[in-house]
Amino acid sequence: MNDMTASHKALGAEIAVRSAPYFPRKKKVITGRSIAVIVFLSICALFFCVPLYVVIVTSFKTMDQIREGAMFALPNVWTLEAWDHAWNSACSGTRCEGLKVGFWNSVAILIPSLILSIGLSIVTGYALALWNVKWAGPFLFILFICAFVPFQIIMFPLISMTASLKVYGSIWGVAIIHAILAMPVLTLIFRNYYKDIPQEIMSAAVMDSGSFWKIFFEIILPMSGNILIVVLILQITSVWNDYLIGVTFGGMGGQPMTVNLANLITISTGTVRYNDNMAAALLTAIPPLVIYFFVGKLFVQGITAGAIKG
Amino acid sequence: MPRVSFEHITKTYGLMKVLDDLNLRIDDGDFLVLLGPSGCGKTTLLNLLAGLLDVTDGRIMIGERDVTDLDPKDRGLAMVFQSYALYPTKTVHGNLKFGLSASKLPRDEIEKRITWAAKLLQIEPLLHRKPGQLSGGQRQRVAIGRALVKNVGVFLFDEPLSNLDAKLRTEMRLEIKKLHDQLKSTIVYVTHDQIEAMTMATKIAVMNAGVIQQFGTPDEIYERPANLFVAGFIGSPAMNLRKAKLALANGKTEAIFASGVRLDVSDYPFVAPPQNGNEVIAGLRPEHFTLAATEGAAATFTVPVQYAERTGPDASAYFSFEDDLLALRVDPDIAARLTPGQSMGVSYLKGKTNLFDAHTGQRL
Repeated sequence: MNDMTASHKALGAEIAVRSAPYFPRKKKVITGRSIAVIVFLSICALFFCVPLYVVIVTSFKTMDQIREGAMFALPNVWTLEAWDHAWNSACSGTRCEGLKVGFWNSVAILIPSLILSIGLSIVTGYALALWNVKWAGPFLFILFICAFVPFQIIMFPLISMTASLKVYGSIWGVAIIHAILAMPVLTLIFRNYYKDIPQEIMSAAVMDSGSFWKIFFEIILPMSGNILIVVLILQITSVWNDYLIGVTFGGMGGQPMTVNLANLITISTGTVRYNDNMAAALLTAIPPLVIYFFVGKLFVQGITAGAIKG
Repeated sequence: MPRVSFEHITKTYGLMKVLDDLNLRIDDGDFLVLLGPSGCGKTTLLNLLAGLLDVTDGRIMIGERDVTDLDPKDRGLAMVFQSYALYPTKTVHGNLKFGLSASKLPRDEIEKRITWAAKLLQIEPLLHRKPGQLSGGQRQRVAIGRALVKNVGVFLFDEPLSNLDAKLRTEMRLEIKKLHDQLKSTIVYVTHDQIEAMTMATKIAVMNAGVIQQFGTPDEIYERPANLFVAGFIGSPAMNLRKAKLALANGKTEAIFASGVRLDVSDYPFVAPPQNGNEVIAGLRPEHFTLAATEGAAATFTVPVQYAERTGPDASAYFSFEDDLLALRVDPDIAARLTPGQSMGVSYLKGKTNLFDAHTGQRL
């Protein structure tokens, strides 16, 4: 947050290092046990890495090379053909427009569902935690229960509700369902976070301004950086990786990328185009990784900034 | 200008009565300190005045206005909190400005007030820093500044110095006192620290268990405590309180302790005429003893030394007297020479005794 806290942190770390008990390091001796451990860990690592390696190299191969059957071989010719095909013209069902349709659908689902779910839950959490709301206790209890209701139980009522709202089978249907299903958990997260804001700050704000929205936007929202990042990562991952809600509420027009991918891979005639499939799978997995890559850094910064204590 | 009055205030939390039919009037320009041990209801009373809590019953008046049901921001008050409660994401300037957000002031007036308060509190160089970059004393000034800019008649302080170190506390004490003299505003100040109360207040209300035990000037409270609670609470070392029986003989009134020591209280201004054999509690301030037989003392007796404590310019000596300790304020040089077990003759000055009814605890 500022230089001073940063230098404090650095100082703290230094002290922690210095005060750590110092033992002379024992000389490493290779024993049967340590070999066993290394072998076991290597097998675990390979278990995850080998399939990933195959997926990546396959996606850069031509179909001709794939037919030769050498699964682990590097591509003879590195080509982006499969990636291009998967993105632009791979067929899912009768449509041959590639994954880009699903990608833009997913983006179109993600943005409104993020705005809706975070916008509603942050204000609800703020009101429940910091204002004297009637029946706040019972309301929280119900929210808590709702957070544990499996989606499958309420799927059919939700279908008929979205149908009567005329959003079933569209991007909006999927976005709204995502937002509603995330509300209980997000509200609880925000509420618990705001409970830690010192009561005196709220008292001061109430005496200074007294306006619910002014206090929210000027005092509380600027203090919510860390939790917003946490919630953002949580929501983006869950919305992007979701399959069930997308396949249930998306209909034909509002299918997210995951549904698109599944159709692309399972519904195909003729030879299985492994390189296309691998490229498509990677394309679907990349966006959350990119988000982690950029926001993850902020996430750590946000946690260490200690915005509340000041 | 505002005069604050609490009329028949009752506050209950569930079944627990924190304040019961409390009445208090604060005159314009007074520096009132609400003093009492933790949990005595002093902060509750302040929060009721601020509007952060609702009264269960009764009425709060500020000037001619009944503010009992008004929102905190509409009461015309400013408050300084114990933890400073600065907005961590705003700069000092932003903190001061937000204090004015309820008032619809023109921008240049807002800036004028911020400049004025910053100058008064010497925080001008800090205006663009955030609270996290300030020291405790600076944060305290900003918190006071945020109250000052509101330009209200009544300021509330909730134990504002308890988070500062001893040196800063002394400095800030003086500054708050100076501010009060300068602004002539009414201040209600909550603390459990009797030094703060004695040095700053023009009036003190000593509270215990939700009841105001005594309301008066610092001198009145120190010299004429209204009951045993106030007598024991104010003063360090605490007043020596001992049971005694009154004896009237030969035109003299004496309090006779269990050990037979006789304390002359003939000049005590009894409210009601004393009766022979009345059970009383005599309160003897540690500083009104002398370590030598003094002419015309109220009592002179010999007691063994237990131990002595020196705190720089001051020293207290403790003697055993009737199975308990008797605290005396003594010269530090003498304290250094006292050895435990040594018997010393001590005298108590005339006209300095406090007498309380042994049953009701009220001053006689």
